Amino acid sequence: MRSVRRNTELGLLFLGTLVVVGAYILASLAQDSRIPSNIGPFLAVIIGIQLVGHFAIRRFAPNADGMLLPLASLLNGLGYVFIVRLDEAHRHPGGLAPLQATWAILGMGAFVGTLVLLSQSRTLERYRYTAGLIGLGLLMLPLVPGVGQEINGSRIWVSLGPVNFQPGEFAKLALAVFFAGYLVDKRELLAVNRAVGPFSMPDPKHLGPVLVAWGASLVIMISQRDLGSSLLFFTLFIVLVWVATERASYLVVGTILFALGATFSISQFDHVQNRVDIWRDPWADADDKGFQIVQSAYAMADGGIVGRGINLGTPDRIPYAETDFIFAAITEELGLLGATAILMAFLLFIGAGFRIAMRSSHGFDKLLAVGLTTLLGFQAFIIIAGVVRLLPLTGVTLPFVSYGGSSLLANYVLLALLLRISDNAEPKPVEATEAVAVTA
Amino acid sequence: MTKQIRNLGIFLTLCYIALFVQVNRLTVFDAKDLQNKPGNNRQAVRDFDRPRGSISTADGVVLAQTVPDTNPDDRLELQRTYPEGDTFGQITGFFNPLSIGTDGLEKEYNSELAGRDLTDLTNLDGIDRFVDDFFVDKDHVGNLSLTIRADVQRAAREALGDVPGSVVALDPKTGGILALWSFPSYDPNLLSVHNGADATAASQALLADPTKPRLARAYQEIYPPGSTYKVVTATGGVEKGTVTADEPDYPLANEYRARGAGSPITNFDDGTCGGKLFEILRVSCNTAFAQMGVDQVGTDAMVATAESYGFNRDVPIDLPRPARSQFPNAKADDPGFLAQISIGQNDVAATPLQMAMVAAAVANGGKIMTPHVLSEIRDEDERVVRTYEPDVWTEVMDAGSAGLLRQAMKEVATEGTAQHLGDDIPEFEVGGKTGTAQFREDTSHAWVIGFAGPPGEDPQVVVAVIVEAQPGVSEATGGRVAAPIASQVLAAALQPLPAPGEGGAPTDGGSGG
Repeated sequence: MRSVRRNTELGLLFLGTLVVVGAYILASLAQDSRIPSNIGPFLAVIIGIQLVGHFAIRRFAPNADGMLLPLASLLNGLGYVFIVRLDEAHRHPGGLAPLQATWAILGMGAFVGTLVLLSQSRTLERYRYTAGLIGLGLLMLPLVPGVGQEINGSRIWVSLGPVNFQPGEFAKLALAVFFAGYLVDKRELLAVNRAVGPFSMPDPKHLGPVLVAWGASLVIMISQRDLGSSLLFFTLFIVLVWVATERASYLVVGTILFALGATFSISQFDHVQNRVDIWRDPWADADDKGFQIVQSAYAMADGGIVGRGINLGTPDRIPYAETDFIFAAITEELGLLGATAILMAFLLFIGAGFRIAMRSSHGFDKLLAVGLTTLLGFQAFIIIAGVVRLLPLTGVTLPFVSYGGSSLLANYVLLALLLRISDNAEPKPVEATEAVAVTA
Repeated sequence: MTKQIRNLGIFLTLCYIALFVQVNRLTVFDAKDLQNKPGNNRQAVRDFDRPRGSISTADGVVLAQTVPDTNPDDRLELQRTYPEGDTFGQITGFFNPLSIGTDGLEKEYNSELAGRDLTDLTNLDGIDRFVDDFFVDKDHVGNLSLTIRADVQRAAREALGDVPGSVVALDPKTGGILALWSFPSYDPNLLSVHNGADATAASQALLADPTKPRLARAYQEIYPPGSTYKVVTATGGVEKGTVTADEPDYPLANEYRARGAGSPITNFDDGTCGGKLFEILRVSCNTAFAQMGVDQVGTDAMVATAESYGFNRDVPIDLPRPARSQFPNAKADDPGFLAQISIGQNDVAATPLQMAMVAAAVANGGKIMTPHVLSEIRDEDERVVRTYEPDVWTEVMDAGSAGLLRQAMKEVATEGTAQHLGDDIPEFEVGGKTGTAQFREDTSHAWVIGFAGPPGEDPQVVVAVIVEAQPGVSEATGGRVAAPIASQVLAAALQPLPAPGEGGAPTDGGSGG
C-alpha cells in the first residue's frame, strides 16, 4: 500500500514535470527558436522541489494520498512558466519569476516543516481557540495603521520592513482549524432543530456563531474591500456547519444571509456596485473599468480550442495577468484544452481532498479536510468564475498558479495538512503487524 | 457527514462544469463575435507582422507587397511596401493597423490578404485541413490580382497632369475598372511606417492638406455633372417612348422658360439651338434638354431614370467609402427646378465613376455591371482560390434604346462637342458627351464621358474624365480640356493587355513620380 502510493506519486510527478519542462522549452522556442540557456538551473529547481516534497512524504507521511503533490506541482509549474513568459513580454526579466521561484522553494520548506512538526493532525484540535484568535488577528492586521497597506483599492496587505504579505491567506488556514475544532465540539447542540411553522429551524440561540461569522465577513468586505476573501470565509463556515450538523437548514439560512448581505452591499457600496456593473456589461466602459475583463475575454477568444501556443499570444495586454487573470493568459495560449486541463486538475484535487475527508474516522480530521479542500476548490472557482465572467470578479489568487508569495506559502501548508490528515486516516501497516504479533 | 461531503463534491463539480461551459463559450462559440468587437485589435496586431498577400495589376505590376523589415529600430520582421507609390495609393490604400488603421484594398480585402476566410484555400476538408493547419508550418496568404492595368493608370496620370481631377476607365462588359486615378494622390509608404508617431504625423499632414490627397475623387467625391447628364435625361425620354430619333423636333431657341419658372434656361455663350435628338445632343443644347425634361420625361421618369443609373444608391464597388451620386427627388415637381436638373445643374451631383457608368450603360446594351477592381485571388502556391464573377448591377434600358443613344453619342464624337475624343485613336469607333459645370464666377469643371471599340463591334472601354476648376465657362471647355485626356486613356486601354512582366517597369521611376 505504502510503496504503491508513493511510486504512483513519483510516476505522476515525473509526468507533470514533463509537461512543465515541455511548456518551458516551448515558450523559449517560440521566443527565439532556442532551447532556454538556463534550462539546467530550471530543471534542477523544479525537480529538486518535487523530490524534496516526495521524499518528505515518504519519510513523514508514507501512507498519504499520492495525487495531491503531483497536482500541486503541475499547477505551480505551469503557473511559473506563464509568469516567466509574462515577465519577458513586459520586458523586465528578473521581474516576478525569480520571486515566485523563491516563494515556491520557501513554500516547499513550509510544506516539509508542517509534515515534520505535525505528526498527528488532531494535535491542532487542542489549539482551536488559539487558531481562531490568530485567524481573527491576521484578518484584522491590515487595518492596523502603519502596518496595513492599501494596494489597488483593497486593504489586505501588511508591510513588515521590506516584506509585504497578505495575512488573509494564512488566516484562512487558522480559521479552518478553528471552525473544524469548534464545530466538532458543538455539532450535537447545533444539530438540534426546532419547528418554526412548517420548517424545521436550528435553535435561534445556536445561530449566534453563524451570525458572528456573517458579520465578520461583512466587516472584512466593507473595511478591506476584499470581496473574494469575504465570500470565501463565509462559504467555508456555512459549508462546515452544514457538514458537521448534517442539517440542510443551515445552508438555507446561510444563503438567505448571503443574499441579504450581497443586496445590502450592492446598494450601499460603490466598489461592490462597480463590480456588479462591470460583470453585467463590461463593454459599457471597455476602456476603463471594464478594460481588464474585456481584454481577458478577447484573450480567451483568441485562444480557441488549441490556443495560440505558449509565447505566441499577447496575454500581457491583460492587466494583472500574473495574478488574478492568469487563467485567461493560460486559456489564450493553451486554448480550451489547456483551460480544461487546469479545471480538471483542480477538480481532481477537490476529489482527492474529499476522499481524504471521507476516509478519516475522526470528526475533526473530516471537517478540517473538508474545510481545507473547500477553501482551495472554492477559491479557484470564484477567481476563474470572475475571469470568465460567470460571476462578478473577486480578486483572489488562483491557488498554486497565480503569482503571490503569501498565497503559495499558505497553499503549500494547506497541502501538507491535507496529506497529514490522509496519512493519519490510513491504517498503519506497522502497528497492524505488531497488533497481530501481540495477539499471537 | 459522508453524505454531505458527497453532496458538496457534487456541488463543486457542477460549479466547475459551469466554468467549463463558460470557457467553451468564450473560446469557441462566442469567439468570432469577440474577435470582431470594434475595440478588439488583436487580429490586426497579429496581421501586422505576418506574411500578407501581394496586390498586382492585370498586367503584372506589383502594387503592394510584404518584405523583410530592414529597420534596425523595429522589433517587427516584416514591412509592407508599395513600389508604385502614389500612382496607385488611393487604390491599394495603406496598412498600419497598430496606429492609423488601414484603407483602400488593404482594408476591403484585409482578411483575404491575410489568408483568412478563403474557404477553399487548400482544397482540403475536415480532418485533412485540421492536420494541415496543425503540422504544416505554412502561412497562408491571398494574393490579389486586379482588373486595374498599370499602363492605363499611368497613361491617365500622365494625361491629366498635375491638375485636380479624376480619370475612370472601365470595361463596360464586366464592370472591371482599368484605371482609377485622381490628382492629387498620396504615397501609402509614408502611412505604413512602423513608428506610430511618424505614421500619425504623416496621416495628419495629409488630412490637413487643403488639396485633399487622401480623397479618391474618382469615386469618393461628387460634382455637378453638367451636360454629361443630358445622356441620362435622353434615356428617360427614349425609354418612355416620348423621344425618338425624329420626335420631337425642338424649336430653335436661346432661352427656355418652364411654366412658372423664375429665371430662364439659356445656352452657353447665349447661343441659339434646337432640333431632333441627335442634333441637340451633338451641340449640347440646354434649352432643348430642359424642355425635354419638363415636357417629354416628367418628374417621375426623371427620378426613376436617375436611380436606375445608380444615383441616390450605394455603389457596390469593392473599395471603401464610395460616395453616393445625388439626384434631387423632393423638389423635382417645380418645373423650373426640373428644367435645371434636366441639364445636370443645381442639386445634381455625381462621382466620376457614376458618369463612367452612364457611358457604360449606353455601351453595354443598357446594363451596368457591378464596378470592381478585384480580378482574382491566388494562394501562396499561385493556385486561384477566388475569381470575381461579373454581375449586372442595374438594368437601365433595353438594348434598342441603348443602341439609339450609342449612335447619338458617336455623332457627338465625330461631329459634335467631343471630337477630341478620337484624337489618339483614329482607327476606333468612339462615342461620348462633354460637360461643363460652372464652379465659380469664371471657372468650371470640364467633363467628358466616352466609349471606344473596334469599328462595327461593341465598345471595349468606357472613360470618364473631370478636370476641376478650369478657366472659362463655355460648353467648349469639356471638349477642349477633358476630351484629349480621355482620348489618351482610351488609346492606352485599347492596346492589348501586355503579357505579365512587360508592364513591370514603372515609367515614372516609381513612388513619388
